[in-house]
This record gives sequence, structure tokens and C-alpha cells, in this order.
Amino acid sequence: MDPTEPEQFCCAGCRAVYQTLHTCGLEAYYRLRETAGKPVRQSGSKFVSFDTPAFSNLYVRDAGNRIATVDLVLEGVTCAACVWLVERLPRVIPGVIECRLSLRQATVRVSWNSGQVKLSQIAEALDRLGYTPHPAKGISRNDLHRRQGRKLMVNLAIAGAIMGNCMLVAFALYSGRFGRMEPIYQQFFRRLSAILGMTSLALPGAVFFRSAISALRVRRINLDVPIAMALLVGGTAGAVNVILNRGEIYFDSLSVLVFLLLVGRFLQFRQQRYADDAVELLFSLAPATCTVVRDNGAIEEIPIEALGVGDLIEVKSGDVVAADGVVEAGASNILQALLTGESAPVAVGVGAQVFAGSQNQGAALRVRVTSIGENSRMGKLMRIVERGVAEKPAIVQFADRVGAWFVAIISLAAAGTFFFWARTSVSLAIDHSVALLIVTCPCVLGLATPLTLAMTIGQLARRDILVKSGAAIERLSAGGHLLLDKTGTLTNGRLEVVEWQGPEELKPAIAKLERQSQHPVARALVEAFATAESSSFPLSRYTGGGLGWGWIHQSAGISPKQLESETKEYVLSAIEDYGDGGLRANLLDRQTGSQQLIHIGSPVYIARSSVSEDSEFRRQCHKLEHAGLTVVLVALNHVVVGFAALGDRVREDSATAIDSLRKARWSPEILSGDAKPVVASVAKAAGVRSTSAFGQMTPEKKLRFVRERRKTAPVVMIGDGVNDAAALASADVGIAVHGGAEASLAAADIYIATPGITPVADLVNCARKTMGVIRRNLMISLAYNLLAGSLAAAGKMNPLICAILMPLSSATVLTIAIASVRHIGRANTSKGGRL
Amino acid sequence: MTVLFIVLPLAIVMAACFLFAFIVSVRKGQYDDLDTPPLRMLFDDDQRKGAQQ
Repeated sequence: MDPTEPEQFCCAGCRAVYQTLHTCGLEAYYRLRETAGKPVRQSGSKFVSFDTPAFSNLYVRDAGNRIATVDLVLEGVTCAACVWLVERLPRVIPGVIECRLSLRQATVRVSWNSGQVKLSQIAEALDRLGYTPHPAKGISRNDLHRRQGRKLMVNLAIAGAIMGNCMLVAFALYSGRFGRMEPIYQQFFRRLSAILGMTSLALPGAVFFRSAISALRVRRINLDVPIAMALLVGGTAGAVNVILNRGEIYFDSLSVLVFLLLVGRFLQFRQQRYADDAVELLFSLAPATCTVVRDNGAIEEIPIEALGVGDLIEVKSGDVVAADGVVEAGASNILQALLTGESAPVAVGVGAQVFAGSQNQGAALRVRVTSIGENSRMGKLMRIVERGVAEKPAIVQFADRVGAWFVAIISLAAAGTFFFWARTSVSLAIDHSVALLIVTCPCVLGLATPLTLAMTIGQLARRDILVKSGAAIERLSAGGHLLLDKTGTLTNGRLEVVEWQGPEELKPAIAKLERQSQHPVARALVEAFATAESSSFPLSRYTGGGLGWGWIHQSAGISPKQLESETKEYVLSAIEDYGDGGLRANLLDRQTGSQQLIHIGSPVYIARSSVSEDSEFRRQCHKLEHAGLTVVLVALNHVVVGFAALGDRVREDSATAIDSLRKARWSPEILSGDAKPVVASVAKAAGVRSTSAFGQMTPEKKLRFVRERRKTAPVVMIGDGVNDAAALASADVGIAVHGGAEASLAAADIYIATPGITPVADLVNCARKTMGVIRRNLMISLAYNLLAGSLAAAGKMNPLICAILMPLSSATVLTIAIASVRHIGRANTSKGGRL
Repeated sequence: MTVLFIVLPLAIVMAACFLFAFIVSVRKGQYDDLDTPPLRMLFDDDQRKGAQQ
């Protein structure tokens, strides 16, 4: 960074972006930018795979005339300036015809002339600007959502227009009641009202009839049954009265009813779609390409879908293995945590089997693909997930349960009214019972419940909790079995140094040495000891003198690399890496020139290296290993001088969160694929009884466990891995947590983007409060129904009172719902702020 | 007051026309994305100014 330059940059990425913008004449971006941007990350990829036929088949649509369109999800889209910048792409790259960015979905639709420019060039340009593009998956589902949304909006518009006109006509009729209206006009208005009302019932109102009929067909009653009943009875009676020119008509109230109910539905749909979109986004960001090594040695990047059996793929360090296969070259450590739940990585060498979805933590590997798709281990797991989905219990929503009671009580009340008035006059009896059926329609519940749920879902989304269905919130408020996966929820999900016994001065040397290894244990040691590394290390206590540090590093036997590095004080030389975390090296001090041999490694490795170990150390190590920790010993000149214990540390907030969940009547249990002693120690730290902690659970076992627990009470499953996906899918509520695999995202009802279990406790808390609001609304609406119902039964109801009472009750309940959910949101945020 | 028999249906027909226009706009996707277009409008202004310079 040059302080004399007029422009200062935080990193090379931002400078590159600035230069790109400058050369393209697009500096206005910096004026439009609303938020001070984060440092830009460019992937630097060439996006070669975007040009392959396989990619085109999957994602690109041909609009004819050499013009193609593609939807790309962009990383790093934040504000208006991004829209501006991305949509200026046609000015920068000739051949790009149009770019349309949707801010909320972070998806850009690019149309380009395939004869003039290649998609990879466009992708590269986007990447250079800091928006790494990914192909948008799940386009068909997106289209489906869009169509649904449009249909709901059209229905809402029709219902709204009819409601307005119907009200106008009703005004005329009501004023005619008090003044004198010639019968010919009255009849005209009544007919008009009937035509409008019937249209409302027939077009937008049809959803209620369809839903009620499909519920009755499977011999169930939902909230739409009493609604449809009121609409049907009101509509029929009104039409008959108009034709016979007698009695009351209620078309104005009915059209208001249809409109309000559709508003509730529309809002709920929109909230859920936001959550779906957000999850969709996460899907698209998952890597979709892999590197293939062709027979002639050429290296190609292709979409995973285009991979075939027998292909040789290269899996770089940190990459996820794209397909099941056998290692042909290289040696490394593979983390299968997402597949099996095992937190310790497995060492693999030539000939070892690796599975799709596991992560390469060590050196690069070349893997010969043996099975893909359906036949791979992942494919088999997905089949178990499908079984889980099929088993998922249908949640009878609160409103629908109440709906069943409504039907029973209202029918009884209507029958009672009819028989009571039938003694006086049959026509009066019909009128009064029809009035009763209309005014007691559970419109308030049908509107307030979805609205409350939608608002809660919105509040949660702002806190990075994505809820795919409102029913899940109802379930969470009740209590039952809470099944937890260990990694990612209770623990940090990575190895950390928990304990170190030995001389402090050795730490920097260990960090320096372990920096040469890719092993996760080594990384944890570096992370823990690196702070000490910078301070000078008085090596003279251990060694003589020397000139500089230099070392030979053997990366697990395949590609010997010559590495050199020097510091002021000391040199490590002749480093040998034994692949399993075992390292040895010569320590040289610059001042004294003395040399010592250092060994760092697992107890097995140390025992192999003819190192003497004192019995006290051995006893302590055994104890720690028994507690599920990984132990690394450090020896100087063949004498053990210290050891570090590593483990996946339990989050600090886990115990309190579990406690509050228990108070909310959820009994926690741990299901983990990890070794039993590890699970037991985690359970202890998190405050879960050891009898409720289960280790070595395979996906099938987890699924069976969920099935068994479901017999006694509702089950909530929380997990992140592919191995949890089946259990997530079959549980009453599945919650996928931060860093999870795609499979678990798809199977879960709720996705929490922040790690840890505290958000789960918050979520449960929020759900309980929300259900409290919904119940209170039910009480208010019941009180209203009782009042209106008794008025109708007494024969005191007329369409005017009905037209006033109905919106009034809806307004009351809605105000209460909105105010209380806002309150819940505020209460939780302020709590979050304190924490 | 017999004019009502003509005016009222006429009013409803007019309302239906507007409703139809709205439905067409929804079907064309004008309500799919409500966040980006208001911003886009601002940029167009900006671009024109740039062209004049």
C-alpha cells in the first residue's frame, strides 16, 4: 500500500476492482454505493466449465438467433450500486445484450450473443468486479413459486375489486333501509350485489371450496371447512332471497370475507417464499464443478453432473470430493464429518476409497471415479432421505384443529336456532340460522393466524433463521424430544487445543514446525501456538548455536518439496512428515549453535520412535484419550517433555441454551456419528445426561431412532450433515444449522445460519410467544363469535350489523397480532444485544 | 334516476377494465421483483447525465 497515492485500498482485490471500474469508466459505482463495501474476494477462476456443453444443457436457455440466456447467482450483491454495476456489463463486454439483476435473490439474468462472446468471459468479468457467479440451481422450482405468487396476487386483486364495488352497492342498500327506496331500484341493487358476490365466491373464493373438499375427502376437517360452509350457505341463501325478492342478503360481508382471508394467505405465502429463496441461494453457492484430468494430461473444469465413471478427478486441499472413487495418487486426510458425523479425519493413501461429500484436508489427491449419482454412497443416503420425507408426519395445524371444533359447535348452534324459530315460522328459522352461520365464520382465525405466523417468520429471517413452514413454529412451541447432532450445534466443529502441558517456550517452535503439515491436528496446534510464535524463543536453553533455519519437507511421500525459511533466532532442519501428524526435525539455535532432535506426534508414533516416556505423562495421556481427546506428544532428544490435548470444544453457550430448552419442555438427547467417549464427554460439558447421549449412529440408525421417539412425543431434530438428512426429514421439525450440507438443507424445515444452539433456544422462545399471541387472538375471536352468534340466534342480526361487526373484529385481532409480534421481535433483539 | 341502470353497470365495466389491466401486468411479471426496479429508475437518470457530458 502506498500512502502517497490518492486512492487507498484495503486489499489487492479492491484495487483490482477499482482498476477494472476505472478502465471501463464506471467509477460512479463508488458514488452510488450505500454501504462501505467489504473487502472484495475474487475467485480468480477462469470459469472454463461454463462453456462446456454439459453446462449449457443444464443451465443455459437458447432464445434463438444465437442469443442465449442464463441465470447466475452472484456472491457479494449488497445494494443499489451492485445493481447499477452489474447491469452496466453490456457496455463493458461487447456481445452481452442485457443483464437484469434481482437484488433480493442476488440473481442476474444475462442474455448474450453466443457468436460474439463466451459465457466464461462474462463470468470472469463478473468475478473481476467481485461478484463470483454460480449457476442458479432450482430454476424450475423458482418458476413454480413465481407462478403461484402471481396467481395469488391476481385472486387478491379480483377479490379486492369486487369487495370495493360490492360495498358501494351495499351502501346504497343500507341507506335505502333508512330512507325510502323504490322497490325497482332496491331490486336492481340487490341483483347487482348478488352478481358481484357470486363472482367473488366463484373465482377467488374457489380456493376455499377446493381446500375444504379435499380435506373432507380424506375425512379430515381444516379451517377452510367452516369458511366454505359459511360462504356456501350465505351465497345460496342470498341468491335465493334475491330471486324470491325477500329477506336479507349478505353479499357485501361475504366478499369482504373472501378478500381478507386471501390477504392472510398472500402474506404467509410471501414470507415462506422469502425463506425458500434464501435457502435456494445457499444451494446455488455450493460448488458445482470439479477438476478432471484427461488421459492426455490436460486438466479441465467441468460441472459435476457431467462426470462419468472412470474419470480421473483432482481434489485439491480444502475441496469437497465430487464423486465416490479410489485414490490413484497422493496421500491426505479426509474429513467425513458431513457424511458420517465422525469428527476425526481419516488418513487415506493410494488405493483407499473416498466418498462424495467428504472434504480433503491435506494434500491434493487424484481420484478415479467408481460410481456416481444413484449408485454412490451419497445417492444411497439421498434415498434414505427420501424415505424420511415420505414418513414425515403431516402436522395438523392449530387453526385446522380449531376449525374442527368450529364446525361442530356452529352446526349445533345453527340447528338449535333453526328448531327454536321453526315453531314460529320456517322462513324466519332459515333466515336466522343463515345469519348465524355467516357471522360466526372463523374469518378472524383464518386471517390473523397466517398473518401472525408470517410476521414471526419475517422477524426470524432478519436474525438469519429461515423458516420454510409456519407449521414448524407451532410444533416448536409445544415441547417433546429434542435430538441434537454434536458437531456444529453443541461444539465448534473443529479441533482445538484444549490442554497443553510442557514448557511455554516450546510453543513457537511447535507452531513453526506444524505449519508444514496439512493435518488438521497440525492446523489446530498452529492456531493455538501461533501467537507465541512471533515472540522470540530462547532456544539456547535447549540447543547450541547455528546459522539459520532451513528444512526439508516431505509431503506424505509423493512430492518431496524443498522449503526454506529463516528467522533471526533459529532454524529447523531435516523436517520429516510422517503423514499422520507425526513430525521430526532438528532444532538449531543461531546463538549457541547446538542442535537437538524434536519429535511431535501421536502416542503411537512417539512409541515407534524409541522415545522414553515417563509414567506420569503416560497416565495423564491415557486419561485424556479416554475422555475422547486427541493427544499429541512432544519429545526433545528422545525424552517426552510435554503434550497437547486436542478436542472439538463445546461451545460456551451450549449448556445455558440446553437449560432454557429444557425449561421449554424439550428433553434434549444427543445423536452423533462420532466415537462414544467423545460424545459422552460432550454430553457432560453441555449438561445432557449421559444416558441420553448416543454415539456411532449411522444415518439409518438415526432415522430409526427418530421413528421410535416419535411414537411418544413430537420430535425436533437438529443437525448439519448429510448423515442427519434422513432424520431431519422424518422428524416433526427438522432444523439444519450453519455450515450444513446441501442434503440437510433440502430436508429441513428450518435453516439457522448462525452456528450454535443458542439460536435454537431463541427460536423456541419466539415460537412459544407467537403461539401465545395466536391463542389470545382465538379467545378474542371466540368472544366476538359468541356475541354475534347469540345476536343472530335471537333474531337481532341484520346485514348492517354483520357488515360492521365483521371488519371490526378483524381489525381488533389484527392490531393485537401486529403489535404483539413486533413486541416479540423487539424483546428478542434487545436480548440479543445484551448477550 | 333511471340513469342508474346504465351508469352503474358502466362503472363496473370500467372497474373490470382496470382490473384486467392489473392482471395483465401481474402476468407479465411486473410484480415479481419489487426491490430492484425502483433503484434501476434512478440509474437511468444518471446515465443520461453522463451522456450529455
